[in-house]
Amino acid sequence: MHRFANPARFLKLARPATVWLLAAGVVLTAIALAGGLTLTPPDYLQGETVRIMYVHVPAAWLGMAGWAGIASASVAQLVWRHPLAAVAGRAIAPCGATFAAVCLVTGSIWGRPTWGTWWEWDGRLTSMLILFFLYLGYIGLAGAEKERGGEGRMAALFGLVGAINLPIIHYSVLWWRTLHQGQSIGLTGSSIDNSILWPLPLAALGFTCLLGAAVLMRMRAELAEAKVEARMRRAAAE
Amino acid sequence: MNGWSFVVAAYAVALSATVGLLVWAYASMRRAEVAAEELKRK
Repeated sequence: MHRFANPARFLKLARPATVWLLAAGVVLTAIALAGGLTLTPPDYLQGETVRIMYVHVPAAWLGMAGWAGIASASVAQLVWRHPLAAVAGRAIAPCGATFAAVCLVTGSIWGRPTWGTWWEWDGRLTSMLILFFLYLGYIGLAGAEKERGGEGRMAALFGLVGAINLPIIHYSVLWWRTLHQGQSIGLTGSSIDNSILWPLPLAALGFTCLLGAAVLMRMRAELAEAKVEARMRRAAAE
Repeated sequence: MNGWSFVVAAYAVALSATVGLLVWAYASMRRAEVAAEELKRK
């Protein structure tokens, strides 16, 4: 991990990786969504609305994965003082927040025909909404610390403490049995028929590649901005 | 509204948010990298 502490070495890898992730993400997402819209049968209970799963579930996974990334970057910053960790955290936050918001909105659109309501203060929905607010808090805190010239330690602590919400989201469907369905995909199998399930891993992989590309682009932007700021400060001092 | 209306609405939200995120990330990256290059050249 410390091999990439040098921004020049990181950028050497990040530039081609951005292009590859973007290309793979576009192709995989296009195949998955086209397949999900045209090649899979409607569900016997939900009908056509089951197809919302191919955008909703990857968005939920990525909303949570984004915060797991922030928590990992926070550990790298607080324990190893990795110079790119704060940059990574600030880059991940708006991307994770976008997918958390997409998860909430598409879930609400799915809920209307399935449950008969746009919103319910159910354990899963509420904990996901809290995750979205945590993202907004992190973005505000990390931005304020950066502006003050701080190292971003407060934001890193916030990122670690906020990770407590991840197991709450995951187990919410077991702890509080309300409106949201229980877990239908696990490590050992799935209760969803394969004829409907197959585009989902493709969509998850495709959206993950797109999130990765967006994070790398944001990290490159942050590093370039830091370079400009350092040069201007040096010029002002001379 | 039939089921397809909800499907189209959900896909429109997901795709427009994803494309918006990518365009914003790309534009901010290009802007910052061009500014850094220009400063290097001066």
